[in-house]
Parts: sequence; C-alpha cells; structure tokens
Amino acid sequence: MTRWQLVLWTLVWALVCMAWAGAAQAEPARLEDSLTQRLAACTTCHGKEGRAAPDGYHPRIAGKPAGYLYNQLRNFQDGRRRYGAMVSLVDSLPDAYLHEIAEHFAALDLPYAAPPAARLDAATLARGRRLALQGDTARQLPACAACHGAALTGQQPATPGLLGLPRDYLIGQLGAWVNGQRRALAPDCMATVAQRLSGDDVTAVAAWLASQPVPSPARAAPAAQSPPPMVCGSVPPRVPR
Amino acid sequence: MTRPVRKVRLWAWLLGVAALVALMSLLLALPLVLDREQALQESASAAATPQTIERGRVLALAGNCVACHTARGGVPYAGGRAITTPFGTVYAGNLTPDVATGLGRWTAAHFWRALHHGQGFDGRRLVPAFPYTEFTRITRADSDALFAYLRTLPATMQANRRQELRWPYGTQQALASWRLLFFRAGEFQPDAAQTAAWNRGAYLVNGPGHCVACHGGRNALGATADAGFDGGLIPTRNWYAPAFTRAGEASVAAWTVDDIVSLLKTGAVQQAAADFRVIGPMAEVVMRSTQHLPDADLRAMAVYLKSLPQQPDPAPETLREPGLVAQRVQQGQSLYADHCAGCHGTAGEGGQLPDGRWAAPPLAGNRRVTQEPAANLVRAIALGGFGAATQAQPRPFGMPPFAHVLNEEQMAAVATFLRRSWGARASPVDRQDVARWRGGSDE
Repeated sequence: MTRWQLVLWTLVWALVCMAWAGAAQAEPARLEDSLTQRLAACTTCHGKEGRAAPDGYHPRIAGKPAGYLYNQLRNFQDGRRRYGAMVSLVDSLPDAYLHEIAEHFAALDLPYAAPPAARLDAATLARGRRLALQGDTARQLPACAACHGAALTGQQPATPGLLGLPRDYLIGQLGAWVNGQRRALAPDCMATVAQRLSGDDVTAVAAWLASQPVPSPARAAPAAQSPPPMVCGSVPPRVPR
Repeated sequence: MTRPVRKVRLWAWLLGVAALVALMSLLLALPLVLDREQALQESASAAATPQTIERGRVLALAGNCVACHTARGGVPYAGGRAITTPFGTVYAGNLTPDVATGLGRWTAAHFWRALHHGQGFDGRRLVPAFPYTEFTRITRADSDALFAYLRTLPATMQANRRQELRWPYGTQQALASWRLLFFRAGEFQPDAAQTAAWNRGAYLVNGPGHCVACHGGRNALGATADAGFDGGLIPTRNWYAPAFTRAGEASVAAWTVDDIVSLLKTGAVQQAAADFRVIGPMAEVVMRSTQHLPDADLRAMAVYLKSLPQQPDPAPETLREPGLVAQRVQQGQSLYADHCAGCHGTAGEGGQLPDGRWAAPPLAGNRRVTQEPAANLVRAIALGGFGAATQAQPRPFGMPPFAHVLNEEQMAAVATFLRRSWGARASPVDRQDVARWRGGSDE
C-alpha cells in the first residue's frame, strides 16, 4: 500500500464513521421494555429506584410494604389523599397495574445514606424518641413501634416504615391527618392518633424519626401475631375492586 | 303658579318609575313564560328487553355518563362528583334507581324530558353542565334504552348535593334566559345523502358522545359552539381540546379509518415512523368510554370525523422579540439535552423499545407540541402522566412531572425550544404562559 493509498483509505474510513454517527444521531432513543422504564414517571420526585433522600419533601417508596403502597395509590384515586401531582398521575391507571407498581417498589431493598443531623435540642429529641418507642399511655397514644415494626421499618402487610423520610413530609402528613386532608380507610386509626398529638409532639416525633438512620436491610417486620393496639381499616389491604 | 307644575312633574316622575318597573318585570318574566315546562310524553316503545338494556349500557358508555355521575371513590352512577365551572361548582346527580335520592320515582317520560328538554323531575330547568344541549339529539328509543339500563343498577342511597353556582347563574330566571339564547330541543336528523355509517357516526359524536362539549370551545356564557369542533380550552381544567378542523391540531381527515379506530380503542396509534397517543382528559375518555364501544360504532365515528370541513392552519406569527426568543431556545436546548433527550431522543425522534414499539413519543413534527395554545405541552412538562390505560395497553409508560425539577422559566424555555426546533415555527412560550396553564382542577 502506498502512502497515498493509506491516506485515501483513512479518509474514506473517516467519512464512513461520520456518516454512521450522523445516522445514529437521527435514530430514536433505545428504551428497554421494563417496569423501571414504565415507571420513570415516579423517579423525578421519589428518586431513582424510589429512594428519595430525607433532605427534601418527597417520601421514599422503595422497600415499603406493597399493601401500604397500593393503599396509597388507591387513596389518591379515591380522594382520601389530595396531592395534585399524584392524583393526576395515577388517576387513570387500572387496579392490576397499581398492584404491579406497588410490588415493584416494595421489592427494592436499597442502602440509604446517613440522615441529616437533627437541629433541635436534646430534650425535644428525647420526647420524640419516647413517643416513637414507648408512646404515652396516659393520653392513649400507642408507640409508633407498636404498629410500624419494632425497628420502625414497617410491618407486613400494609404498615409503612417511618425511617428515611423527610421531616417536613412527616409533619405534613400528621397535619393532614388532623385537618382531614389525608385519610385512610375507616376506621382511620392514624387520624385518631394524629388528633391526640399536640403541635410540640408532632415537631418532636418528626424530628427524631427523620434523624434516625435506615438500617440495612430495611425490611418490614412480618405481620403481627397479636392484635394491634388499634383497629385500622387499611390493614389488611381490602379486596381489590 | 309654581305649585301645579311641581305636582305634574312629580306625577310624571312616579309614572315613569312605575312604567320602568313594569317593563323590567315584564322583561324578567318573559324568559320564564317563553321557556315553558314541557309536558311529560309517554313512550311508544315496548317494555325493556335484555337487548334494550344492553343497548342502553353501550349508550351510557358512549356518553361516558359514569365519569361525571360518580364521586371520587364513590359508587358508580350514584353521583356526587364536583364539576368545576367558571360559574361555580355543580354536583352530578344520583342516577341509580334509589327512590329517595336517585331516579327511583322517575319514569321513561321524565328521563326523556331531562335528556331532550333539559328539565328535571319537577320540571325545573337543569344546569347545562349536564350536556342536554347535545343529548337533545338522542332518539326517544335510545333514551328509553338508557333509562332501562339505569334501572338495572343497584339502588344506592346518596343524597344529591346542592349546586354551588354564584348568583345569578343557578337561578331559574338565568337558566331560562340562557336556554332561550343557546338551546333548541331537537332530535338528530339523518342526512339522506350520506351513508348509514356516516349518519351513525354523526349521531354518536353529536348526540350521546357530546364531543363538542370540549372540542367545540365555549363562549363567555359557557355555551358550546354549534358543532364547530374548532377546539377550546376546557374551563378550569386548563387542558386544550384540539380542533378537529385543523391539520395542525387534531384533524383526522388525512388519517385512515383504522388509525382513528385504533386511537379510540387503544389510546395510541403506532405507525412505523410516528406515534400518537392521547393524554389528559382524552385519555380518561378513551379509558372509560371509547375503548368499550363496538368496533362498528368506532368505525362510524371515524367516518364522520374524517368528513368534517377543514380550515387552513393560521400562519406563523412574526416574533416580537426575536433576540429574547433565541436566548430561550438556547436555554431550552441544554435543558432538553439534560432532562428529555434520554427518552425522547437527541433530536426529538422519540424512544423505541427493542421490538420497535414506541415508549416515548417523537416530539419532532408532533402537532401536539406545536398546536395553539401550548397549554397541553406545558401541562405535559409540568405534570407528566401515563398514556391511556386500556385493555390493549394495560401497563402504559409514564412521563415524570417536571414541575418539581424545573422552574416556570425553565419549563417555558423547554417548551419554546420544542416549538421552534426541527422545522417547527410555533409561537414561543413565556413564564406567564406556564404559570397560567400548569395549574387547573382535577375534576
């Protein structure tokens, strides 16, 4: 091969490469036919893989019991929860798909980053810890751990974990339960609990919960063998429509 | 000398006032007199057979009655859903055969009077959020079939909620005047020059389907244009129902009948080089209504929709601030590369699955990106959403909402970039447009 031939072939090869690159650019994006791709709609808020960090407002959904996640999707459809962005997304999805979505995120078990440090005084945090782990029998307040699992990572089949959630989200939910903006199927035990909490209780328990690390693995505890301290309409999940 | 003159003046003044009051009363009473209560007409059709009930069931699907007449999380057809309008909120009634709160005491004659004349059980004028302006075209036999079907629903006790319309919109006086201006009762008249399929389609689209309720737009008093299909912003929801009469919007004149049927049946049309899917309120319509209709009815609707007279698309506007728009396009281009290109392709070619089906629609050459106004584009960016879930595609792909990721100025930049790229020359979108269109009622 002469030098000129080499130059010529190099040029031809470069042209072919450029043409190929141009053609590739004009091609549609290649997407996989997976549930992860189908549910890309969830990830700008709930984080990639449903692992929202506790530094914003949106709750993590990865690893929460499927019964809980399904109940929430139905609550948005049926008007028991009123968050516009969620309502418009799930409004027209069929029940079987809602179950599939719930199972998908429930099956994820991901490690979590350390929580942000609490910015409240030790006495407030101690009060939050007491409410979460012991409750207050004088005020008929069961401990969070009595229903949400001893490690607060949730309990099968439909009680969510309380760790790894943003403080503002926890406060927002307890407030919404007090003023009726968030409801669960009757009897709505969480509404009863929230209404027994004072404003200071809410601040304390939300701050303490948000400052706790998420254990790894963060699996929900198995279903309770003994009856729960309160009767809740959302546990076990009702028969699909 | 002065006293008699004063007396005459006083009398003239009093007489004038009295005449004015009389004239006003006459004018106010006139609509109530002219817009009379219609007599109940007994039906000639025979008793309800299983075939009649089945026909009624399909007609109820075509009319998507369940969408308005079911509260969130409520019993189907038991009413209670809030329908927000620019004039206040109305609550749909209970259509189940419950005697105390539903249609239990109604007869087929009452039902016909409601559909055909827009008058309730007691003869009072109904609020036109109930689209009797279109339902008046439904034939008596179909009205009886619908009624027969509704009688088969389980009776549910659920009291109707009072309408919450601002004064004077809900008054009988105002409704009578509105009806004199905008409502003429009249059954559908087939056009002998057209085929049976065309006539069936025209009947379904303009009668039970009441498509014009959204696609026709409304005037300042909330009345639908007369079968205009020139498109309109859906009041309070802020979605734009595109025109069937313009190639740049939702015209299907150039589509095949099969593609139109596919859109109504599955919520999407998948062709080799293009993808079209319904979003927003039309996804609800496909999911609850059209996907359940018999193919023959969908074909008939397609034949009729294809035949609608067409108008030219408006010429592109000259930009008032080309420099500013160019800047926004540039900002939008880099945001698009960061947030959108992964699914929609680097040059808006869309996103395909390995088997060639579309998971994300192409945005280049997509008329929903370029149509006027840009409301649906803004809402898609801000709210995201899943395509219509149908029997054909029960697990639709979803697009994330970006209202939490991008601010209004950034959303405007992305929208402007999309509307002025890859050959498109649609009007730019600014921050105020995004602020106006991103919100809206879910009802």
